[in-house]
Amino acid sequence: MPSDLFRDRHIGPSESDQRAMLGALGGGYDSLDAFIDAVVPADIRLRRPLGLPPARPEAEALAELRALADQNQVFRSYLGMGYHDCITPGVILRNVLENPGWYTAYTPYQSEIAQGRLEALLTFQTVVADLTGLEIANASLLDEATAAAEAMHLTQGAATGRPTPVYLVDEGCHPQTIAVVRTRAEAQGVEIVVGDPDGFTFTGNIIGALVQYPATDGRVRDFHLLCERAHAAGALVAAATDLLALAVLTPPGEWGADIAVGNSQRFGVPLGYGGPHAAFFATREQYKRLLPGRIIGVSRDKAGRMGLRMALGTREQHIRREKATSNICTAQVLLAVVAAMYAVYHGPDGIRRIAERVHGQTRRLAASLKALKYRLAHDVYFDTLAVETDAATATKIHEAARAKRINLRALSATRIGIALDETVHDGDLADLVAAFALDKPATVAASAPAVIPAAHARTTPYLTHPVFGRHHSETEMLRYLKRLEDRDLSLTSAMIPLGSCTMKLNATTEMIPVTWPEFGRLHPFAPVDQARGYAELFRQLEAWLAEITGFARVSLQPNAGSQGEFAGLLVIRAYNRARGQAHRTTCLIPQSAHGTNPASAVMAGMHVVVVKTDAQGDIDVADLKAKAQQHKDTLGALMVTYPSTHGVFEASIKEVCRIVHEHGGQVYMDGANMNAQVGLCRPGDIGADVCHLNLHKTFCIPHGGGGPGMGPIGVAAHLTPHLPSHPLVDLGVPAAHSFGAVSAAPWGSPSILPISWAYIAMMGHDGLALASKVAILSANYIAKRLAGQYDLLYAGRGGFIAHECILDTRPFKASAGVDVEDIAKRLIDYGFHPPTVSFPVAGTLMVEPTESEPKEELDRFCDALIAIREEIREIETGEADRENNLLTNAPHPLADLLADAWDRPYSRERAGFPTAATREHKIWPPVGRIDGAYGDRNLVCTCPPVEAYAEV
Amino acid sequence: MSNIPKDLRYTADHEYARKTETPGVVQIGITDYAQGELGDVVYVDLPKKGAAFEQRGVFGTIEAVKAVSELYAPLAGEVVEVNGALEKDPALVNRDPYGGGWMIKLRVKDAGEIERLLSADAYAKHIGS
Repeated sequence: MPSDLFRDRHIGPSESDQRAMLGALGGGYDSLDAFIDAVVPADIRLRRPLGLPPARPEAEALAELRALADQNQVFRSYLGMGYHDCITPGVILRNVLENPGWYTAYTPYQSEIAQGRLEALLTFQTVVADLTGLEIANASLLDEATAAAEAMHLTQGAATGRPTPVYLVDEGCHPQTIAVVRTRAEAQGVEIVVGDPDGFTFTGNIIGALVQYPATDGRVRDFHLLCERAHAAGALVAAATDLLALAVLTPPGEWGADIAVGNSQRFGVPLGYGGPHAAFFATREQYKRLLPGRIIGVSRDKAGRMGLRMALGTREQHIRREKATSNICTAQVLLAVVAAMYAVYHGPDGIRRIAERVHGQTRRLAASLKALKYRLAHDVYFDTLAVETDAATATKIHEAARAKRINLRALSATRIGIALDETVHDGDLADLVAAFALDKPATVAASAPAVIPAAHARTTPYLTHPVFGRHHSETEMLRYLKRLEDRDLSLTSAMIPLGSCTMKLNATTEMIPVTWPEFGRLHPFAPVDQARGYAELFRQLEAWLAEITGFARVSLQPNAGSQGEFAGLLVIRAYNRARGQAHRTTCLIPQSAHGTNPASAVMAGMHVVVVKTDAQGDIDVADLKAKAQQHKDTLGALMVTYPSTHGVFEASIKEVCRIVHEHGGQVYMDGANMNAQVGLCRPGDIGADVCHLNLHKTFCIPHGGGGPGMGPIGVAAHLTPHLPSHPLVDLGVPAAHSFGAVSAAPWGSPSILPISWAYIAMMGHDGLALASKVAILSANYIAKRLAGQYDLLYAGRGGFIAHECILDTRPFKASAGVDVEDIAKRLIDYGFHPPTVSFPVAGTLMVEPTESEPKEELDRFCDALIAIREEIREIETGEADRENNLLTNAPHPLADLLADAWDRPYSRERAGFPTAATREHKIWPPVGRIDGAYGDRNLVCTCPPVEAYAEV
Repeated sequence: MSNIPKDLRYTADHEYARKTETPGVVQIGITDYAQGELGDVVYVDLPKKGAAFEQRGVFGTIEAVKAVSELYAPLAGEVVEVNGALEKDPALVNRDPYGGGWMIKLRVKDAGEIERLLSADAYAKHIGS
């Protein structure tokens, strides 16, 4: 028995705390197990321990990961395809990427305590808009390939009224981009034609085109005539592009592109064997309402101070459901922050220097290879060359390069691709030239003539905002990063009790391996024999997740929960097609489902039929039966979350699955609430055919302030042939049966998978089950402590909930003029991140404490809510003013509290220090309540002029 | 309590219809109650002049900060005028739903149809006020 168990570090309440919490529940449960037996329906319980290895101490798990990492080989990969090695400035690596103050925050829904990363994301948007030459950019998307698929989708939205749309794709696009666009197009009924852009004609049903700039083989082409042809026919042009190249090349916005997408990885984000990285998406102002993903916009607070928040939310799946512009949620915020800060640290001159240096080295390499009598496939390039030779020589060159630990790209048997990056130095160039010289003597050219013609050379400035000019010394950068970090509430200062989000501990030991070069510095398309450690890690993690979910096989490809949903539905679609049931496209979705569910279903070519929920919040089984019967000929799937989005273990879940199966449908389980299931019951046993897991919820990948995430899917045996495949890497799924690729990289975002591996390894089967039990206990403890103060909206067996509870705050609207938003913002004054607001029921709060929060913190949170209830009571009794009170004016920034003038009918002290604990520590919101409507009516989503930062 | 002018006709979807001085032309908007439920309106997507709709056809969408709703034509007809002012100032719908916040004018197919919409009293009952 080790002296120190990780599970005691991960689980907040101690054993004696757990006993006290059980006691507080009443009901006389003498053990945690007896209580769990009362909560989880007996007919779904797993009656054996999970078949997982026993728990390992932290040091041992770390040593094992070290051994796995050592099986990976870090070659110099000049493979390109949207992925380039880069230098993460140390100040950004340590203070952002490896800093829990940044990586444990949640999506910036509560803008008043997220101004730091909102500013960083606004900067990201400014970088993208500046460099692409377009007006409006989002922050951010999952990867370049899915961003390209979103570009096609925007094009569909802009070009309505073409019944059989056709989309043209440049054969010079990265192969994984073409594959992912094809997957999306197939489900959407869009025909894809891949070809040479010179031959593109825009007639009939052609809605637009996607080109790659520079192309995957490095060629830089002039597309302005293509854009003119497209626009004349009412079609749109999207450019998949490279931010660093745009520092020296004419940006797409200037040659006529309507959309630009790409990967911002080379702005300081480690390769990570494929991810996570932030993709970008920019377009013209006129398409702003069709833009996918989150947009950060400028608005103002109650006092007129500038404040940032997410803008134009009505485009999104959580509001517009099946009519959303995309199923995408927040994506890759942490990595977008890194990319933005890379641009801030280097500034416009630094970025240009990096681009010119990479380009200069590429020219010198080209001159050196020409001196060796090699022919280049094209003459205008940025950082990527395509070298022509014969097949025998090509083989020898690849071997010679391999011997020097260099990966080159085989564009074909006779064409070799070389993509340089900012890490390349003269020694690397010498090795490259030597590999091509084979046995001949050769030297690296000292200089080389310009190759970018004036027509392609960038003439317009970029990164002109002062933020890009101020933080070039490390001291200033360090302080800027700290200043931004300190504006935000992360798990480093308080619990984040967001329902449905599972904001549990992201343990340091889990995080440490992420930035090891052996995990961080591998190119996604490096030969698989250089990634044996990763292969073993994937194999073990897939097997563990399969055991945890009760499924036959797991795919790690989907790199977000939304992607998991989309992939899972495409597996079902492929299965139905394979058995001659292609017409099964009806998707039943309960009223209470998360908005991403219907948005994903529509993306997967299904049509949504809503199933009612009953007064207890459960699926209305009678309505389900009726709808399943009514649609039995076309029933494709049911999407169901378990425990329900209402936070209840529905007793009828087995019957629900049975009804769907009896009517020819498959059951898709949304794994958002898996944290209440692990070790207690399994989706596969309950009757689900597919389930996605949010590794960033249940399995400890940090939320990163809004990404990264991972959404692997598990499937039952009959669906395994239809799992994702990849055009460049064999994943052991037959291409004929697979639905195709859903992410750019074969295994999604590999560098964050050691986190989930470490969590499972360190918890072991009993630790995982205990975590689920304590998560359920903690939620019920909160519900119990708040009983009598707030109405619990739903409960299941025995009056208990699962791992989260919904507090009904709607009655206060009539009794005190207080709405849910007021309570949420007042919690900020108490030093807390509010729970989930208005999901799944408008006007309510959903609280999920997770197993990681200690009892003391749970009590502090309950005390805060009880104190707020008292404040509401003061309004109800007339003691406090109905319009001008602690709640309606919340949150209270220091600038309000310390102003000389104070005319509020309550004291500054009560406003700012409502509890003793807040005197000791709290995150102060830098702004007051932000006016969302003002910002949506006056959309600004790049860094505003400095004067705007001044207080009004 | 929301304002429900007696001289207008209403739908259960919270649109109102008002006869204009031009026979057969009806002005359409959303009710005071509806704008209150939506909250701060930030965008109204309206059809172009000449577009035609069936009764209950979707003629546009209205967006608030955290809600979006479709707009249903209370009557069948063709759009003869669109309130361009909403493009610059969508908050007109909040401030003056029955005046400056109107949305479209329809040349109706059946001039008698408007009489079959809800009366002010019936609408008040519908929203429970």
